[in-house]
Amino acid sequence: MDDGSGSGGGAPDAGGRKGPLRTGGAGGLPGARAGSGAGGDPAHVDGEAVQAARDAVHVDVPDAAHAVQAAPEADRAATPDRGVRTDRAVRTDRAPGHPPVPPPARTATSAPAPAGGDPGRPTAPHSYGTEDSVPRLPSLVPWLGLVSPLAILTCGAVLATELPGAAPLTACGPLLRADALTAWILLVVGAVATVACAATPAHLAHERPDPAAARRYHLLVHAFLAAMSVAVLAADLGVLWVAVEATTLVTAFLVGHRRTRASVEAAWKYTVICSAGIALALLGTVLIYYAARQAGVPEAAALDWTTLAARADRLDPDVTRLAVGLVVLGFGAKAGLAPLHAWLPDAHSQAPAPVSALMSGVLLSVAFAGLLRYKTIADAALGPGYTRGLLTGCALLTLAVAAALLLGQRDYKRMLAYSSMEHMSLIALGAAVGTPLALSAALLHMAGHGLAKAVAFCASGHVQRLLGTTRIGRVRGLLARAPALGTVFGLAVVALLGLPPFSLFASELGIVRAAFAAGTGGYAVAALVLALLAFAALAARTARMLLGPPPSPPSGDRAEAPVRLGPAAVLPPVCGLLACALLGVTAGPLTRLLTAAGDLLGGR
Amino acid sequence: MNDSVFTQLLDLACGAFLLAAVAVLWLRQLTSIVRAFAFQGVALAAVAALLGLREGRGELLAVAAGVGLLRAGALPHLMRRVLAASRPGDGGGRYEEDVSEARETRPLVNVAASLLSAALLTFLAYAVARPLVALDPTPATRALPVALAVVLIGFFTLVTRRRALAQVVGFLLLDNGITATAFLAASGVPLIVELGVSFDVLLAVLVLQILTTRMRAAFGGTGIDDLRELRDR
Repeated sequence: MDDGSGSGGGAPDAGGRKGPLRTGGAGGLPGARAGSGAGGDPAHVDGEAVQAARDAVHVDVPDAAHAVQAAPEADRAATPDRGVRTDRAVRTDRAPGHPPVPPPARTATSAPAPAGGDPGRPTAPHSYGTEDSVPRLPSLVPWLGLVSPLAILTCGAVLATELPGAAPLTACGPLLRADALTAWILLVVGAVATVACAATPAHLAHERPDPAAARRYHLLVHAFLAAMSVAVLAADLGVLWVAVEATTLVTAFLVGHRRTRASVEAAWKYTVICSAGIALALLGTVLIYYAARQAGVPEAAALDWTTLAARADRLDPDVTRLAVGLVVLGFGAKAGLAPLHAWLPDAHSQAPAPVSALMSGVLLSVAFAGLLRYKTIADAALGPGYTRGLLTGCALLTLAVAAALLLGQRDYKRMLAYSSMEHMSLIALGAAVGTPLALSAALLHMAGHGLAKAVAFCASGHVQRLLGTTRIGRVRGLLARAPALGTVFGLAVVALLGLPPFSLFASELGIVRAAFAAGTGGYAVAALVLALLAFAALAARTARMLLGPPPSPPSGDRAEAPVRLGPAAVLPPVCGLLACALLGVTAGPLTRLLTAAGDLLGGR
Repeated sequence: MNDSVFTQLLDLACGAFLLAAVAVLWLRQLTSIVRAFAFQGVALAAVAALLGLREGRGELLAVAAGVGLLRAGALPHLMRRVLAASRPGDGGGRYEEDVSEARETRPLVNVAASLLSAALLTFLAYAVARPLVALDPTPATRALPVALAVVLIGFFTLVTRRRALAQVVGFLLLDNGITATAFLAASGVPLIVELGVSFDVLLAVLVLQILTTRMRAAFGGTGIDDLRELRDR
């Protein structure tokens, strides 16, 4: 086992963080205690684990960090479920109020550990040495992560003022192009990423990864944003595919960031299902290229979206039908649509909260925007009936799966993930209707869902840190225990339920209205019934988490004071909610952009 | 090169390409599976090179060389490294080797049924590819069903094999099939896309390699059936 982690030359630092030296010493303590409570009920086991961790913290603070890292290993012999819970319990207990754990020195990961002793354990003065200057720098540094989301937002805003009514802009030869759809999605990516990246310092402050892990985290998050921007800006369908696949590869390590068994499993499933699914879309793209070449389009322009959309009527219908079916399946996998959706709840529940916010809030929408471009080509080549049938089928199937699993859901992060599937299927339904009104409403829905879901995931990250569990049944009286956090989480879920004044209300109304106007009201009714089920499940579970008195402390301590979050943790989600509500009241100057994007996709 | 020689050589290369995919289903030893995959990479490079010679395009020959290097050289090398890492240190000789890690022990569908399924999938590929061939019947497009059959077999491998490395090979079969489709249908996608796709595939294998290492550290093995932490209950 340990041999595997040490001998893997490809893993950048697998050798330093795991291994025999961490399982020794105090690291084994929490796991052993938790293991001894095998017969008891789960809460009891957790209580013991927390107590054990408390002991460890009081004896020797650095040891607690090792205990956290070693817990999954120590529990390997125990049942998987308990192993994870113990890990979470220990992690949370460490988080609030304790003296800062010195980040493990880089030497701990690079230097080979001699056998026998415990030299991998860093001592406090060492880790504050010259090479670890992070703690001493001014507090502005964590906020540097906001630069790239704000840049994306600014680009989106500039394009949004320039583009409606003007010709699309191109760059990098024929590879990048910005039209109204690009501007809108860039705005969404920028806004959601600003919320998520602004929540990152508060998240990382409690997670306390070692500097190398933190660096890798930031690098991957910004590479992720870059890949999404390229996907949105791509003029060439091949470049679009390359960028979307790149988002999968970049986020794989973000999903597996915590290195528990569960997160390794989630990362594996995510990479395999998304890579294989999106490979189908590549096959579809290749077939469209084949059809375009046969239709006389020159090689350089045969994957260019504008050219293809203009000449789509000359594409061979049989080949295009096959190709579009594959593309819907492939990009649908990435957008969380059935049947290849199995990665989504796992990845979203295991990734760090800001990454979940980004993946759920914008990655799904970016993938779906790619699908919308193919849909325009398909509609021009085959008539609107084919993609309408495909997308309606996918949407209703996804909605049914999401509603069924929401009804029995016991984990609030997975609950949010299934809610993402629900909203993506509503967006797919809007795209299936295909009129400019429906498409504008679907695009607005992307924005509203992205903002609300980002806030909900960031809040759920705080809940998980605070309570050490992701089980809905163990969260009670959140409003009383942490008023600000409870309010933010509650309002985000209210937005996700589609209640006014948030923009999801307006966009859902728009999608349903457009569906009835286009004569596909039957599907809209079916979707509404399923969405109502999801509504009920989401509302009931959230109410159970938020309301009620806080549980009395088990060990007879005095009642805990309400937990306060700092402004760094509260401000970003509040801004996200405000933006979502504002969009619901009026789209303001963005109305022109939305209309232009709807017209662009809906064939004018 | 005249028409009939070109057609025969192309059919030979495509036959080898399909045969390698079937061999992946047939073999149990992971090292042999990797070898079959490398052989398939050679066949794929030969297909591209033949098309390049036929059309007299130098850049297609360069792409063929690149494809050969990546798919018959770099990717098998990466997978062999995963396999080498899975062997416990060879202090006591080969008898202590962990056999279960080096073999695909319990696929969901056994080997005989897998081969039968491969035959059915090939039939399916021929049925699905009819409109593709009808659009432009040339010797190259007539071989398109073979490429689609490899895509389907790759998917089948991905779904039924329970070792991490066998799943990676399934994903790569899928990708080889798509690349072959691109070559046979349209002499390859534009160079920038081909480069991007190759880069993504290389990265995907690197990511999966690192995840395999972590999986072994966390679960003590690379069996996909051990991944049972995340469920809806």
